[in-house]
Amino acid sequence: MATIDITPEKAGALIQKFKPKVGLLVPAFLILIGVFSSFYTVPADSEAVILRFGKYERTATSGLHFKMPFGLEQKFILPVKRQLKMEFGFSTQGSTNRYQSVPQEHADEQSMITGDKNAALVEWVVQYRINDPEKYLFRVRDPELTLRDASESVMREVVGDRTVDEVITIGRQSIEADASTKLEALIRLYGLGLQITSVELKNVNPPRLVQSSFNEVNQAQQERETMINEAKGQYNKAVPKTKGLADQQVSRAEGDAKQRVNEASGDAERFLALYQEYAKAPQITRQRLYLERMTEVLPRLKSKVIMDEKSTSPVPLLDLNNALKK
Amino acid sequence: MKKFLSSFIAIGILTVLLFASGAIYTVREDQQILLTQFGKPVGDPITEAGLHFKIPFIQKVNEMEKRVLSWDGNSSQMPTRDKLYIKVDTFARWEISKPLVYFQKLRDERTAQSRLDDVLGSETRNAVANNDLIEIIRTTKDRKPQQPEEIGEILGSTSALDPISKGRTVIEKAVFDAASGKLESYGIKLLDLRFKRVNYTSQDEPKMFLRMVSERRQIAERFRSEGAGEAARIVGDMEREVKTIESEAYQRVQSVLGKSDAEATRTYAEAYGGSPEQEEFYGFFKTLEAYDKILDENTTLILSTNSELFRLLNGKSSGE
Repeated sequence: MATIDITPEKAGALIQKFKPKVGLLVPAFLILIGVFSSFYTVPADSEAVILRFGKYERTATSGLHFKMPFGLEQKFILPVKRQLKMEFGFSTQGSTNRYQSVPQEHADEQSMITGDKNAALVEWVVQYRINDPEKYLFRVRDPELTLRDASESVMREVVGDRTVDEVITIGRQSIEADASTKLEALIRLYGLGLQITSVELKNVNPPRLVQSSFNEVNQAQQERETMINEAKGQYNKAVPKTKGLADQQVSRAEGDAKQRVNEASGDAERFLALYQEYAKAPQITRQRLYLERMTEVLPRLKSKVIMDEKSTSPVPLLDLNNALKK
Repeated sequence: MKKFLSSFIAIGILTVLLFASGAIYTVREDQQILLTQFGKPVGDPITEAGLHFKIPFIQKVNEMEKRVLSWDGNSSQMPTRDKLYIKVDTFARWEISKPLVYFQKLRDERTAQSRLDDVLGSETRNAVANNDLIEIIRTTKDRKPQQPEEIGEILGSTSALDPISKGRTVIEKAVFDAASGKLESYGIKLLDLRFKRVNYTSQDEPKMFLRMVSERRQIAERFRSEGAGEAARIVGDMEREVKTIESEAYQRVQSVLGKSDAEATRTYAEAYGGSPEQEEFYGFFKTLEAYDKILDENTTLILSTNSELFRLLNGKSSGE
């Protein structure tokens, strides 16, 4: 198209020029709208369902497509390949799926009665996909709302069959598995056109008012371990040491015993050797030994009294001490 | 060209006219249509999607949903058979099964919803009032809880799941059956009814919390007591062990010493008591040795001149 330099005069001339053809403007405009409303693009993660006069006609995959204009054919684009999720009892920020969470219902969603008539606060996530666009659009009016309702119902059914301890501690996996199976079955019954990828438990807690007593149980468990460990410490401190000490006593006694026996045989050998010589000349050896010993012993004594064999009172005959001093 | 254009325009105008006059109308996949003539239904309901014709101006199109519709009950308080007040929130899914009846009796969805409120609400109340709370909570009759080992042991049968005779799904089914019959006469087909939420009311909640707290306290006490008991057992073990070790050592010491004493005694006896002469010599020899030890510088020795050493003083010769 050539560029037109518009001045009032020229514009007036142009209007004059096209005036006879103005009747054609309306159909031209309609054709233009028709062309524009007849092609559409489907994003890579989506499919489009096309209705002609309200009747299901076809499903189109991603790419550029054409349809009949003027609303004769309607299109519904659905993100079939996108993993979608719903959160119950909590919400993460910045979600684009408006069904992802219902913040004002968190408290009610969380709170559940367990099979032992206790209560628990359960948060969970349901991951799902649209797997049948036709059903999704035309079978149930509010598929997402239905999924939310079904999910809450199923989770309570599963939790209601378990004790609070199972729910809070060891039962998580079995709850997820059971809930997933039951939800899948229910979704199929309703014909939602959705497919459950997974049900995942997030935070699972006892009700706020009783949380401290649940903590107390954990603390008591720790205390128990501490007490046992301390006692074990005491045991370990005492027993090996006692064993060592006992071994020491025994070893020492064995040493003593060895010593005693050895000394005895030493003494015996010495005695026997001496005796052998003694036996050869008993009289003289005896006298020698006696006198030698006396000579050895007597000088050590400070006072010695020698009495005549006939005197009966202990009157000193000779004061050897004094005599020696002189 | 001009001919084509004008015929195109003609067809367009005709179509628009047909639509505008109401002779042609479309039915979407999610709709079903009932035609009325001066407010009176005519013909069968149209459930087939696509283009349809009717008499313009005289016949009126009444659109109705063909899809499954929601009913979300209000959360309401009601007593169970065991006199507990609970908050019950139910939901149902339903569809318009007989558009003609539905149209005649209810006319629009708002009326239908309020009729559902009445019927499902009252049936739910009946069911809840006829059952204990546990029947509404639990589902599987013979399920054995898998308690965490220790807690399960402590709580024993008190925390086991209370037995049930019906269970949640059976009660849901009962409500469903009772309500289905009533709703059928409105052209409504009930597809499913379920309890969404069941919770204690603020009136009964504190009692439940107290029970939970006392249950936890009990477990905590048990853990502490187990700890103290186990610790005492270990200390007892230790004491036994220590005493055993010490006394065994004592026994061995005494036995070792006794044996060595015995051996030494035998050695001595054999050496010293070999013959009467040996014995005599031992006595003599040991006596002499003993003098060395007995007599020290503070001893006063009174010796007779009769003694071996000093008898010479009296002029006696030895050996007399």
